[in-house]
Amino acid sequence: MSTAVKKPGFLAERANYLDERVGVAGILKEFGRKVFPDHWSFMLGEVALYSFLVLLLSGTFLTFFFQPAMTPVIYDGAFGPLKGAEMSVAYESTLNISFEVRGGLLMRQVHHWSALLFVAAAGLHMLRVFFTGAFRKPREMNWIVGVVLFVLGMAGGFTGYSLPDDLLSGNGLRIIDGMIKGVPIAGSYISSLLFGGEYPGTAIVARLYGLHILLIPALILVFIVVHLFMVVIHKHTHYSGPGRKDTNVVGYPLMPVYVAKAGGFFFIVFGVIMLVAATITINPVWNYGSYDPSPVSAGTQPDWYIGWADGALRLAPSHLETYWFGYTWSWNILLPIIVLLVFLVLVGAYPFIEKWVTGDEREHHVLDRPRNAPTRTAIGAAGVTFYAVLWAGAATDLLATNFRLSLNQVLTTMQILLIVAPFIAFFVTKRICLSLQRKDQAIVLHGRETGRIVRMPHGEYIEVHEPLDKYEMWKLVDFKDYKPTLARPNAEGKITVSARLRAAVSRFYFEDRIAPVTAGELAAAHSHGHEEHAAIEAPKAEKAPAKKAAAKKPAAKKASAKK
Amino acid sequence: MAFMKRTGGRNKLAAVMVIAAGLLVTGGGYAVATTVANPGQSAEYTQAQIEEGKKLFAANCASCHGKNAEGTGNAPSLIGVGAASVDFQVGTGRMPGQASGPQMYKKDVQFTQEQIDALAAYVASLAPGPAVPEAQYLETNGNTTRGGELFRINCAMCHNAVGAGGALTEGKFAPALTGVESKHIYEAMLTGPQNMPVFNDANLTPQDKKDIISYLKFVEKNPSAGGYELANLGPVVEGLFAWVFALGGIIAITIWLGAKSN
Repeated sequence: MSTAVKKPGFLAERANYLDERVGVAGILKEFGRKVFPDHWSFMLGEVALYSFLVLLLSGTFLTFFFQPAMTPVIYDGAFGPLKGAEMSVAYESTLNISFEVRGGLLMRQVHHWSALLFVAAAGLHMLRVFFTGAFRKPREMNWIVGVVLFVLGMAGGFTGYSLPDDLLSGNGLRIIDGMIKGVPIAGSYISSLLFGGEYPGTAIVARLYGLHILLIPALILVFIVVHLFMVVIHKHTHYSGPGRKDTNVVGYPLMPVYVAKAGGFFFIVFGVIMLVAATITINPVWNYGSYDPSPVSAGTQPDWYIGWADGALRLAPSHLETYWFGYTWSWNILLPIIVLLVFLVLVGAYPFIEKWVTGDEREHHVLDRPRNAPTRTAIGAAGVTFYAVLWAGAATDLLATNFRLSLNQVLTTMQILLIVAPFIAFFVTKRICLSLQRKDQAIVLHGRETGRIVRMPHGEYIEVHEPLDKYEMWKLVDFKDYKPTLARPNAEGKITVSARLRAAVSRFYFEDRIAPVTAGELAAAHSHGHEEHAAIEAPKAEKAPAKKAAAKKPAAKKASAKK
Repeated sequence: MAFMKRTGGRNKLAAVMVIAAGLLVTGGGYAVATTVANPGQSAEYTQAQIEEGKKLFAANCASCHGKNAEGTGNAPSLIGVGAASVDFQVGTGRMPGQASGPQMYKKDVQFTQEQIDALAAYVASLAPGPAVPEAQYLETNGNTTRGGELFRINCAMCHNAVGAGGALTEGKFAPALTGVESKHIYEAMLTGPQNMPVFNDANLTPQDKKDIISYLKFVEKNPSAGGYELANLGPVVEGLFAWVFALGGIIAITIWLGAKSN
């Protein structure tokens, strides 16, 4: 070959320079060759990440013009119906961003829309992770990091919502103040410390601003880094398919494929946010006027991610105060707070609960199809329903007026649904999952129904079934099957209460189950009465018209052949 | 007149008479004073209008409100509600009522303005009451800043900060204020129709009312600087939009991206 030593090019030289100093080759080798599988549902977390980047960019722009002070001023800006009104500097600067700063209103709307999208995408990403079982070992800790991120997202959103110091944000803050004051004994002290005296005081906007632009985004960034770092450590999960195992990842490497794809996707998400922000009004602060503790506007609601907390407050029965130890315990406030906290703790603890039930110490990198974990999917559906009713509870007034219903009846209906609907969702979802599993089982054993009816020489009608190819079949049979465990005695020969409890929960989880089709069952299904079909199911077979009624008979026959 | 002849001690009814006389003088005097001092009043009605109104009333209203507007079990007395109340209720199509319920809905107006004026004349002739406002208070050149502040303090808790409407208890509601004539907004404040409280001229002066109307008309005429308003219903609708259209649109794109590689 060529003997002349080739002079390294410009890029190669720079790369070498960097490699000698910071070891960039090693980093690239480690990160650049990380393999990511392709699936649309794996992009939801990315959407959240990109929304957060947009939040950082637009938020930085807003800090250039926003002044977090509650000093009173007389407005003399461009918006007519507030000219001459007394307001805080914070509200005035928000109005100036909206009406005077070039591109300010667009940036405000970009910031607000991307905040809504950030939490929404994160929530949907959580649901994807939950329903596919991606939280199982080794990813339990990352699930907790995700839950923390979701809560931080809510905190970031709420502190931002309260900054403009308009009527809407003040009303929202008043509710939080009420919730804090509802905490027994310490409540009034916490409120006093937070607001620097009696609500609303003159300090809260500056304090929330510090949290909103410094502490919370910094925490979110740190947790995002931890979150992504763990994704790299664990490798990405993938859906079941030929060649996809718990010991590998099938997909494309980060460099160059996913760097390009993800980079492009960032601009798509950014583009969608820009499109929405440029055309749809969000939080028209000028409509609400300066904050004044006396007025409250009808239709005062928090942003969607705080909606479930607002709903919990609305749905709590009133007149639940008790007077203990010289303090008033406002259960109409404490009960919703407890419900919200318990819900979040249960969500965070779920991977550990499920692991305790299954006792499964294996690593899982192949995702479950939701139907193949019926009880988990049903629990998830119940949780989603519970959340959704709380969420809808925040909109009782709008539901009442826009659908011409009685507000009181809407409220009562929601209270009942909050308790009943999760149970209904659980049973319906579990039955649907089991039915889908049975359908899969039938398809594996007998192939897909083609709708082609053939009459046999001896007069029998059969429907021709098209056998599955190996790849499709793999997807339908490759899932883990757990059986209920028994309460076993421990080393001392005792059956402990916790062992009994675990056995009971295990029975609840895995009593109803459809086992994956085994090779033996498959062979048995194919050997039974299928010899004569084989000739027909060959490609050259002609279509034989027949009555639909006739099709049912062989189907029933096959079902019996299964046993 | 037996009681007149008794000289020993005061008559039993004397105290009642004195109280009645006192109430009559102060109440009547107050009514006269407020009526006279009410600068929102206008329009004298002719006898012909009252006659015409009486006929219309007998044909369209009497079945619920009684032959002499004295009220029945189904509907309140209209004696003393004034012309403003009639002009609002009939002029916005709420009356004649279509069906009983928590609240009367707006519907197509059933009468011409002449007929409504005649009905108002008849009801106003029964007893003094708030009259239809003068045109000078219906112009929209008032102080919108003041109007906005008054609106937020007095009206927004039911009608929403920009008059998009809101819910009350048991199926009652505060309607949206967009597309409502200035005259009707004024009359509603003055008479407190349905579940609305009365904001009389001592509470909100005619100038205050004018400022509120100016504010509402400003909001109505000037579309949001930020783009489509989503009916001004606030964060619920914004959240719904974010989930369905923003996130929904992005998911559609992810599915498209995912499908291409498969």
